[in-house]
Amino acid sequence: MSDDVHEPLWEVFIRSRRGLSHNHVGSLHAPDAQMALRNARDVFTRRMEGISIWVVPSAAITATSPEERDPFFEPAADKAYRHPTFYDIPKEVRQL
Amino acid sequence: MTAVAADPAAVYALRYADDCLVLSHRLAQWSSRAPALEEDVALTNIALDLLGQARALYARSAELDGTGRSEDDYAFLRDERDFVNCLLVEQENGDFAVTIIRQLLYSTFQLEAWRALSESTDAHIAAIAAKAVKEVTYHLDHATQWTLRLGDGTAESHARTQAALDQLWPYAAELFESDAVTRDLVTRGVAPDPERLRTAWDASIDQVLSAAKLERPSTSWAPSGGRRGLHTECFGYMLAEMQHLHRAHPGAQW
Repeated sequence: MSDDVHEPLWEVFIRSRRGLSHNHVGSLHAPDAQMALRNARDVFTRRMEGISIWVVPSAAITATSPEERDPFFEPAADKAYRHPTFYDIPKEVRQL
Repeated sequence: MTAVAADPAAVYALRYADDCLVLSHRLAQWSSRAPALEEDVALTNIALDLLGQARALYARSAELDGTGRSEDDYAFLRDERDFVNCLLVEQENGDFAVTIIRQLLYSTFQLEAWRALSESTDAHIAAIAAKAVKEVTYHLDHATQWTLRLGDGTAESHARTQAALDQLWPYAAELFESDAVTRDLVTRGVAPDPERLRTAWDASIDQVLSAAKLERPSTSWAPSGGRRGLHTECFGYMLAEMQHLHRAHPGAQW
């Protein structure tokens, strides 16, 4: 029954706490967005993992391909001055 | 073990406890067999919620009737005639439409019952009900979402869902029966009047059926007997499967 026509793939994003952003947790099949939300609740939040869920059709996501890796990401590797490593982060700042 | 003549409140708690346990077991029978992995998890989640409600109600019933019976005594060491669940919840899973319609009919009733019981003069029952309302709200949402999609889906899903509704509809009448037990509890403010539940149930069910393009069956056949331990044939087979391990190995533990 979970063929891709009747039950397309959805990407699931969950926010675990107030103040944090939604994180990608996995994907699942569902006939439509409302059912995808419910399936996500059952599959991914059984152990109190979340307070908010987003579902997005996987087909709506445009992704980089492995061949594009070097032109996309390589140039950033040798620019150490872009990384904020030259000052100490206070312990109180847990989520930066 | 024979039925214990007891406080009406103990009998009332036992009825709902048996409803929860039996429906929980039926849903658990879908485990590894549901139409999709996601649905497998959804149905067994609902089964676990109902099992939790059953445990709380068995504990309360044992406290009220003074027998101090354990959950295992209730689930595994009573015979068919000692179970007082309604006939609706023991009906076989059938196809997915039958399971969904059974859940729609029962969860709609259960949500109204728990809402009313959260204001019961029995503080224990009121506390169990208040917690269960949140769970059953989700069970009903799950059943409603599927009823809308199956009823207003393809020609085949519509036909199967209407057939499931026609098959299970007669068993719903039993949910609203009155007898000496309910009358006593209604007078004491422990339980809601079944007639009041029926009005709310009718309104809620009619709304879902009409949105799902399903026809409300018109039948006067209303089988009854579950609350007195008289069950349909399929229930004995279910109990045999559910109880055989415990009875073959008494006192066995994980």
